[in-house]
Amino acid sequence: MSAPSVDSVGVSTDTPTGAPASSGGAGYTRFVLRRVVASVITLFGITIVSFGISVLVPVRAETVNLSQQALANPEVVAAFREKFGLDLPIWEQYLRYLGGLLHGDLGISQQTGNPVSTDLANYAPATLELVVYATLLSLVAGVAFGIIAAAMRNRWPDHLARLVSLIGVSVPTYWLALVGSTLLFRQLGWLPGSGRLDATMMPPPRATGFYTIDSLLAGQFDVFQSAVAHLILPAAILAISTLGMILRFTRSSVLDGLSTDAVKAAKVKGLPHRRVLMRYGVRMASSPIITVAALSFGFLLAATVYVEQIFSWGGMGQYAYRASTNLDLSAITGISVVVAVIFLLVNFLADLLASAFDPRIRLQ
Amino acid sequence: MTKTDVVAAVRQATTTELHRRHRRLPAWMRRPGTIFAFVVLAFWLLIIALPVLRPYDPLATVGPALAPPGPEFLFGTDALGRDNLSRTLAGATVSIPNGIAIVVAAATIGTTIGLIAGFFGGWVDEVLMRLADLVFAFPSIILAMAIAAALGPSIQNAVIAAAITWWPAYARAVRSIVLAMRESEFVLSNRLSGVGTFRSIVIDMLPAVLGSVLVLGMLDMGAAILFLAGLSFLGLGAVPPTPEWGSMISGAVQYFDEWWLAVAPGLAIVTVVLAFNLIGDALRDQLEPRLQEMTGEQE
Repeated sequence: MSAPSVDSVGVSTDTPTGAPASSGGAGYTRFVLRRVVASVITLFGITIVSFGISVLVPVRAETVNLSQQALANPEVVAAFREKFGLDLPIWEQYLRYLGGLLHGDLGISQQTGNPVSTDLANYAPATLELVVYATLLSLVAGVAFGIIAAAMRNRWPDHLARLVSLIGVSVPTYWLALVGSTLLFRQLGWLPGSGRLDATMMPPPRATGFYTIDSLLAGQFDVFQSAVAHLILPAAILAISTLGMILRFTRSSVLDGLSTDAVKAAKVKGLPHRRVLMRYGVRMASSPIITVAALSFGFLLAATVYVEQIFSWGGMGQYAYRASTNLDLSAITGISVVVAVIFLLVNFLADLLASAFDPRIRLQ
Repeated sequence: MTKTDVVAAVRQATTTELHRRHRRLPAWMRRPGTIFAFVVLAFWLLIIALPVLRPYDPLATVGPALAPPGPEFLFGTDALGRDNLSRTLAGATVSIPNGIAIVVAAATIGTTIGLIAGFFGGWVDEVLMRLADLVFAFPSIILAMAIAAALGPSIQNAVIAAAITWWPAYARAVRSIVLAMRESEFVLSNRLSGVGTFRSIVIDMLPAVLGSVLVLGMLDMGAAILFLAGLSFLGLGAVPPTPEWGSMISGAVQYFDEWWLAVAPGLAIVTVVLAFNLIGDALRDQLEPRLQEMTGEQE
């Protein structure tokens, strides 16, 4: 027979080199199980680290928590140490701590006097709303600019993208927030600069804790508008801090996809440039992009500590800021456990999603 | 070819190579970005080396409170009447050396752990790498906040907290290089000729990983300075009255109208971090083509 025609090569390479996207079956179940086990082990590790930090404290717990007068009375000190199990062996203290965690007990915050878990339940929705929108914003912008940069490699859009990502990683987030709020809120008055809603507005009835969703559920469109207006500036500033990472990642993944033999064949076959870019470059990049999205979500969950303070957001970040400036240790370790667990969950879901797109991940 | 021929050829090859290197600076140093970065860093090193360049004592009250920028105080004064310019310049002596300390500490811990994990393999590798994964499970600022708060606020403790959260990146990179070369012939031949475990790690492995560690360290410098300033912004690093950029910006938050209080330390951070990032990027492209492939950067 003669050599295969260009067309037959084209047919065989029309799908990118990976297996079909939705190949379920026993392999996938085993992959999921393995990831579940690994996540549970990490979860234990997280509790050990956070317990370790609270043990690390050089000052004795009673000197922080008891008054001078109470400290002078050895009976009170003994009762305090008894109550919190401070004289037990270290592993028993850890088991008590773990038991507490299972019941949602993260200790008492010294600055608010409330259980840390209660405080966090109050503050978490505000932060999650901000971080979710910031992640989406930076994902959309980063992926779009990343694809453009890859498509126009080494021309001015690529250089501009490089400059933007360089500035994104070189400017402190809190400073950008301060400058942004001074310019767009104080000087120009274009955007609101503090809180989640106008001062005159009542929060919508709580369903999800996300004002943008709750207000729509309640049909309060003025509240929705206000919530969106308040989100723009802090979400945009948070988004800038991970934009560079997502942009670079997308660019290199798309370029990787474009350097495969399948792309050469597709070009030889005469597929239009746009089609090659979207079908081979972007599709090959989809699973790394999911992974980097989860990473940037975790990064923003931490960076929000810097931004919320400046916009008086009233979320976990502001709570963490106050806890750290007041050295409220149980609040800080509580926050670190909760944030690590959220991060773990997001990474877990991203892993499942990415492996659905790219079955090769399951083999690693 | 006789032996002398080979020696002569090698000698000639190396001397021409040397000549070429002498004539021209390496490519990464000739980029405009790198030149800009070196100028910026030279400026800050000069500021650190010569405290006399500060117009006033950064800790003393030298004028009225919150005076706007003017001929007497180029960047105005703060709430306590201290000169903002002098404090910003003095901030470099805190941020830059401590930023370097974070990277050196993290790189030392990470390289040691990576060498051990990669060389011994088995359960040692498993335990050490699970530990690294564990640190990665926390967003780094949050973990460092908890550690710094537990140790108590001071610049040393902030450096310790940062190093504890940063070593895993180095450990992973070093481990993967060691794994790749552990079974290579020159290592095996050294082992067979009686070179001990410790010596093999030090004379065979360490030199091979140092280049990558250096590049990673340069890439991290900017981020380390940002990280430290961030901890100080949160009240967990430098304590007042130490002039430190992050804590200066933190103090400026309540003075919206006195913009100069935040602008001066902010610009200082941005210039230094930008300079380190430019040098790090250029070095990576030059020395670590593998890293370059990973990020897809091209000249």
